[in-house]
Amino acid sequence: MAYSTDLDVRVTDSSLRDGSHAKQHQFTVEHVRSIVGALDGAGVPVIEVTHGDGLGGSSFNYGFSRTPEQELIRAAVETARRATIAFLMLPGLGVKDDIRAAADNGAGICRIATHCTEADIAVQHFGLARDLGLETVGFLMMAHSTPPENLAKQARIMADAGCQCVYVVDSAGALVMEETSDRVAAMVAELGADAQVGFHGHENLGLGVANSVLAVRAGATQIDGSTRRFGAGAGNTPVEAFAAVAEKLGLRTGIDTLRIIDAAEDVVRPVMDGECLLDRASLTMGHAGVYSSFLKHADRQAERYGVPAARILMEAGRRRLVGGQEDQLIDIAIALQEK
Amino acid sequence: MSKVPAAVVGSGNIGTDLMYKLLRSEVIEPRWMVGVDPDSPGLARAAAEGLTASAEGVDPLLAGPERPELVFEATSAAVHRANAPAYERLGIPAVDLTPAAVGPPVVPAVNHGEHRDAPNVSLITCGGQATIPMVHAVSRVTEVAYAEIVASVASPSAGPGTRANIDEFTHATSRGLESIGGAHEGKAIIILNPAEPPVLMRDTVFCSIPPDADRDAVAASIEEVAATVAGYVPGYRLRAAPQFDDPTPVSGGLARVAVFLEVEGAGDFLPAYAGNLDIMTAAATEVGEGFARRIAAGRAPAL
Repeated sequence: MAYSTDLDVRVTDSSLRDGSHAKQHQFTVEHVRSIVGALDGAGVPVIEVTHGDGLGGSSFNYGFSRTPEQELIRAAVETARRATIAFLMLPGLGVKDDIRAAADNGAGICRIATHCTEADIAVQHFGLARDLGLETVGFLMMAHSTPPENLAKQARIMADAGCQCVYVVDSAGALVMEETSDRVAAMVAELGADAQVGFHGHENLGLGVANSVLAVRAGATQIDGSTRRFGAGAGNTPVEAFAAVAEKLGLRTGIDTLRIIDAAEDVVRPVMDGECLLDRASLTMGHAGVYSSFLKHADRQAERYGVPAARILMEAGRRRLVGGQEDQLIDIAIALQEK
Repeated sequence: MSKVPAAVVGSGNIGTDLMYKLLRSEVIEPRWMVGVDPDSPGLARAAAEGLTASAEGVDPLLAGPERPELVFEATSAAVHRANAPAYERLGIPAVDLTPAAVGPPVVPAVNHGEHRDAPNVSLITCGGQATIPMVHAVSRVTEVAYAEIVASVASPSAGPGTRANIDEFTHATSRGLESIGGAHEGKAIIILNPAEPPVLMRDTVFCSIPPDADRDAVAASIEEVAATVAGYVPGYRLRAAPQFDDPTPVSGGLARVAVFLEVEGAGDFLPAYAGNLDIMTAAATEVGEGFARRIAAGRAPAL
């Protein structure tokens, strides 16, 4: 099954959303204009722009935005000529008025994320997004932590609420090969023609592109990535590498491989504070199944309390923390310091 | 002093847990439990404890020859909005555990005294009951321009009503941080964690403070208010000393104090991990006892 008559797979670039974690939410309007311009020029069909933790994420817990995210969304919409601008929201953090504001600013796709077992908290938000005429995507985060058949049941809840494409979201970069395709296949079997299936990968075990290819072979028609891996943890599936691999496999993404390779090097990299690395801390996250955006927070608490970041992250895995519980990293660091 | 006869309306988990707490009260006698489902286990438990249990809703209760002098509502926001006018017409004070927000919001450790004569009081949300006292503790010592709370609760303790209306939690709690907590601006975040075995309720409270605030005074105030809350919610405790941080770009240029809380339930009926539910029934008991003392005092012959 192809995404459309023109594309086998539709790619969403998340540099300006998941990359917000790596940038510690310090994006400016100029950053957004340059990256959107380059990605749009290379044919990336969807570009996501929001605080890393979604609408309303600017906070003590997740880090305050340097620029209000709605200004960034508006700048992205103004800059894009072909691409559709998407945004992310997490029920419990963002609220329906945030969705309305993003729609007013011209965003076209509303992506709503919950922990992979808690889809029913998003029902009212999917309903609103559809009422506003937005395209909808559902994110089942930390998808490694629940089995395929349960993930499929949660996907059904989202689809019934008005979600048009449900993603297997490997927030921890912890899924290994068939663990990805088994989840995608279970969701495809459950959803049939009712909704598409997507995959969002991270590089914490170095498997972003490989997992994405397996996801497509299992029936996923939407794939997320971040150009230059600009994202959380070791970064997201690199869009330029996925585009190149897709081209070799004969999968149509609509992305010009050479132009996205240039954009990664010449436009995205200069905005990044540093490369997203597959180092001790990010490997620990992939290995222990820890939410990727905890990385920078663990680094900060490690420095503040004089304890190793990798130990904070391992304890976060042991406590089975879910996305959004960044505050508990401080609690862990205090406990480790007292030991 | 004879105890004040009270009705618990709503025979679900919260109403049942509340009944067990009220059975221990020295000033309240839970005499009625009202539900809508004759097979409700809560009604069976109430009958076993000697309460008059009815599945006929509130109408027969209020039409009966003997009426409650105090009502606790643990149904849903919609049901409470429908019932509240009848309670008020009959002069029966109502303690509302739903998110209906008919009456003024009350947190016993902070503003209960202001609303002892209100016909109806709202207990806001579980996150509000846990965190507003800490914001109050800071704002009574120094200016709090912004307060933010993160409430993490075990997934099985979040019922279908909470899940369908999670924005209501966010809005009601944020408002409470401002109107009762004393912050100029409030923000609330709720996280559901499905870990097994279920996790205890955790709450983190961040308050912005002036860079030159008296940190010792802030810490002392936090400890004192935490002890006040623990007086009616025994499982309420600080997990660590208050943490003070200087401004950084990621903190929005604000100095802050962070408070880390844990709420363990008393396990009266609800499991101990559900501190988020226990703090509601414990606060309801505390508020209800305040009403009951006033009602009993009104009955006493003048000296």
